[in-house]
Amino acid sequence: MDESWEKAKAVFATLGVAPVAWLVGFFLLPLAIIWGYSFGENSSLTEISVNGTLSNYVHAIKPLYLGIILKSFWFAALTTVLCLIVGFPVAIAITFASPRTKGWLLMLIMLPFWTNLLIRTYALMAVLRTEGYVNTGLGVVWSALSHLLALFGHPLGPFHPLDLLYNNFAVVFGLVYVQLPFMVLPLYAALDRLDRSLIEASLDLGAGQLTTFRRVVVPLAIPGIISGALVTLIPSIGAYLTPDLLGGPSSLMIANVIERQFKTANDWPFGAALSFLLMYMTFLAIAVQAIVTRNRTRRRG
Amino acid sequence: MTAKTIIRFENITKRFGKVIAVDDVSLSINEGEFFALLGPSGCGKTTLLRMLAGFETPTEGRILIDGQDISRIPPNKRPVNMVFQSYAVFPHMSVADNVGYGLLVDGVARPERDRRVEEALALVKLDGYGARKPDQLSGGQRQRVALARALVKRPRVLLLDEPLSALDAKLREAMRSELAQLQDKVGITFIIVTHDQDEALAMASRCAVMNRGLLQQVATPSDLYEFPNSRFVADFIGQVNMFEGRLAVDEPDRAVVQTTELPAPVYLDHGVSGARDATVWVALRPEKIELHKRGEGRAPPTMDDAPADHNVVPGMIKHLTYLGSESVYDVEIAGGRMVRALRTNLTRWDQEDFTWDEPVWLSWHACSPAVLLS
Amino acid sequence: MAQSPTKSAPGPLEYLRRWPLRLWLTAVLVYLYAPLISLMVFSFNKSRATIVWRGFTLDWYGKAFTDSDLVIAFANSLTIAAVSTIVSTVLGALTALLLWRFRFPLKTIFEGALGLPIVVPEICMGVAMLVFFTQVMPWPTNLAWPLNLGAIIISHISFSFSFVAIVVRGRLASFNRELEEAAKDLGAGEWRVFWDVLVPHMAPGLLAGALLAFTLSLDDFVITFFTSGPDTTTFPILVYSMVRFSPTPEVNAASTILIVLTVGLTAFALWISGGDVVRAEAGD
Repeated sequence: MDESWEKAKAVFATLGVAPVAWLVGFFLLPLAIIWGYSFGENSSLTEISVNGTLSNYVHAIKPLYLGIILKSFWFAALTTVLCLIVGFPVAIAITFASPRTKGWLLMLIMLPFWTNLLIRTYALMAVLRTEGYVNTGLGVVWSALSHLLALFGHPLGPFHPLDLLYNNFAVVFGLVYVQLPFMVLPLYAALDRLDRSLIEASLDLGAGQLTTFRRVVVPLAIPGIISGALVTLIPSIGAYLTPDLLGGPSSLMIANVIERQFKTANDWPFGAALSFLLMYMTFLAIAVQAIVTRNRTRRRG
Repeated sequence: MTAKTIIRFENITKRFGKVIAVDDVSLSINEGEFFALLGPSGCGKTTLLRMLAGFETPTEGRILIDGQDISRIPPNKRPVNMVFQSYAVFPHMSVADNVGYGLLVDGVARPERDRRVEEALALVKLDGYGARKPDQLSGGQRQRVALARALVKRPRVLLLDEPLSALDAKLREAMRSELAQLQDKVGITFIIVTHDQDEALAMASRCAVMNRGLLQQVATPSDLYEFPNSRFVADFIGQVNMFEGRLAVDEPDRAVVQTTELPAPVYLDHGVSGARDATVWVALRPEKIELHKRGEGRAPPTMDDAPADHNVVPGMIKHLTYLGSESVYDVEIAGGRMVRALRTNLTRWDQEDFTWDEPVWLSWHACSPAVLLS
Repeated sequence: MAQSPTKSAPGPLEYLRRWPLRLWLTAVLVYLYAPLISLMVFSFNKSRATIVWRGFTLDWYGKAFTDSDLVIAFANSLTIAAVSTIVSTVLGALTALLLWRFRFPLKTIFEGALGLPIVVPEICMGVAMLVFFTQVMPWPTNLAWPLNLGAIIISHISFSFSFVAIVVRGRLASFNRELEEAAKDLGAGEWRVFWDVLVPHMAPGLLAGALLAFTLSLDDFVITFFTSGPDTTTFPILVYSMVRFSPTPEVNAASTILIVLTVGLTAFALWISGGDVVRAEAGD
């Protein structure tokens, strides 16, 4: 309800003081300091003088770093699209399952979320490694094929394991692995709200399943698609662990560069500027979503 | 008149897990009929309709349209269209796009499509509404969009699932006659699902009454009301006084039922062809019971078509409900049993005005009661 | 007749009964679970190799339990998670009540700021905390356990309590005000109404929020990475260095313990709340 704070000042203060103090002191203040540093420079080994310089931002949009920023965005966008493609049928399957099955499937999709991100990434490494499952499996198939072809006098050469780990492929593969549940849940929520008789009406009027999907299901699931895309895109842009463990030297993402500025390169002002560029990208994505959603609701009256 | 069968349900059974929604139903519907599937909620009528549309698949049995088995044909290839209970108007399309959707997916060219959409909108009196979005329409208008959208495809059969249940009482009345007129105009077979007996009786040319997945009776509205074949149908359609008894006499031209629930035996001017001494039920509609003054030594009325002491019982008016055009009397008879009688208020003031706690005679003609064997 | 007598053919919307979707769903579930299950299976493997099976052993668990670094890191993680869960749940509940009950100046701005910890990339928050705890409020390094974990705990609370606030606020939105009025009508004071009516209604939300805070804290690597020192290693930090430098089945064993712990805890929370937690987290 909407009681004015002036009516019960004591209650208002009791409820409000601790959260506001915490949010300001232990969250907004640290961010503000970083923001300040992004306009400063190292004056000595331990001192940073905030003098309003824009040199850190200029440095950040040099080709090397701009390339990494764009690559981060590209990886995140690719991850989002892949999650959408992989996740949509899953969301449909859950939505139209019987209530019992639905509960189990939702549980199965949410369970990885409760498993440590680091552990999940480590588990993937065993799959993708040179002597991992995928390569071992392919090796077995290859040698069987080779034996078979040897009967006809054309044996295959020795099996060369695929490089699946420590490259860009591994990073996107890992991001999709980690983010997939976050895409499926909003999609499911949107599809579950959809009136089933709309789908039936479309089928009834002569549209096939695919036409119905394209002309009825997707347009009505747009809010779910947008929020699913957002909760996939934002963590992916700023992903640190996945590129760090699964990526190679050329698959650095922006978070890895930021970490280096603070932990090894010791160029805090530049790291701060990169951090804020990353934050602005995040806010931009949220703003775009907010505008799109508002336009849609306004057009609907 | 020989009617052509358009739809046949042959031994249709539908199970959802252990629940039997539709139980071995066989039914034929003729071309041009306004057919109603009537029954309480959960009786299987909607499931039957949805199987016809193709949204549910029968567990057993076949459905034929024009003699062709459609059990394996998906809903988008069936020559039937449906008006949904929630109307299911696509919220992201304009009215015109909604109505034209079925033609669009069928690949009908633009000019032809526009023309037919216009026609369909005119048919449901929504001319000029094409550009509107569904959320700018009232519930009744949305329903018209759903109607136009289904009719524009010129289906062999139009299916209507509880079409009037979401409308307010006044609009519902108006829509009833409008639907009947519409059906007359387009000449398409209509099948309507409803739980509202008034709706079915008012619109349908023939009704099927269902209960617990079973088909109870298929008949015209007046036959359902006057010649119900079971206690369920008699009780479900209209009001009825029901008395359990024993078939004492059963000859081709007369029958007598002895019942402990009435102080007098019930005499009928026709046979009922039941087993002698079998348990039967007498169904008597309230409007077929006559009221007469009693007390101050007045003799019981004699019914000219029944022997003395038959079809006449004494009672006391315990409750009276004045409804304007008619009045409802709840009369207590010997043993405390209540019997309901109904009188049309023929004049503005009644010479024989009956009132609370007045002793009366109840009587009925030998042709009025229906005797039910189940 | 073509149909089987007991089961009808799939209806047009029974997608899960059609093979393409079943195949897809199975493939996705295999994708999600095969790596985790094999990780758990190979924690019982005799060989150091993490993908070739050489027989069953519990040696790696024995090693993990006697590895003092691992035990300390584990204890640290659980302590941090427990403390930060308690504080975040209290702060989150206060915030939710504040937003639910009052209208006040700058409310929209407060709500926006509250949403920040959820959307700000972890790395940004991590470096902000690093700078804060070195420049503004240096956390003493010589404190006794568990006080030395203070910087990490504070950081974890900062990102957790917003999540709790949102979950609890969602729960409060479904509160029927008439219950409160009825309680007052029957003579209960403001405080009694709060404890007897409002808190019981909030309970599933509080539980869901606490579970979320606990999981987030236990799961966090990036922010801890920037706030932990040599004496304050947490489980994810230790596992990270093991993964980087010596991936042995001991890591698998330690991971398995953590997976079983979090899954067990979640199942327990679900069991005592009768499913309210899932609904609360799904935002219903």
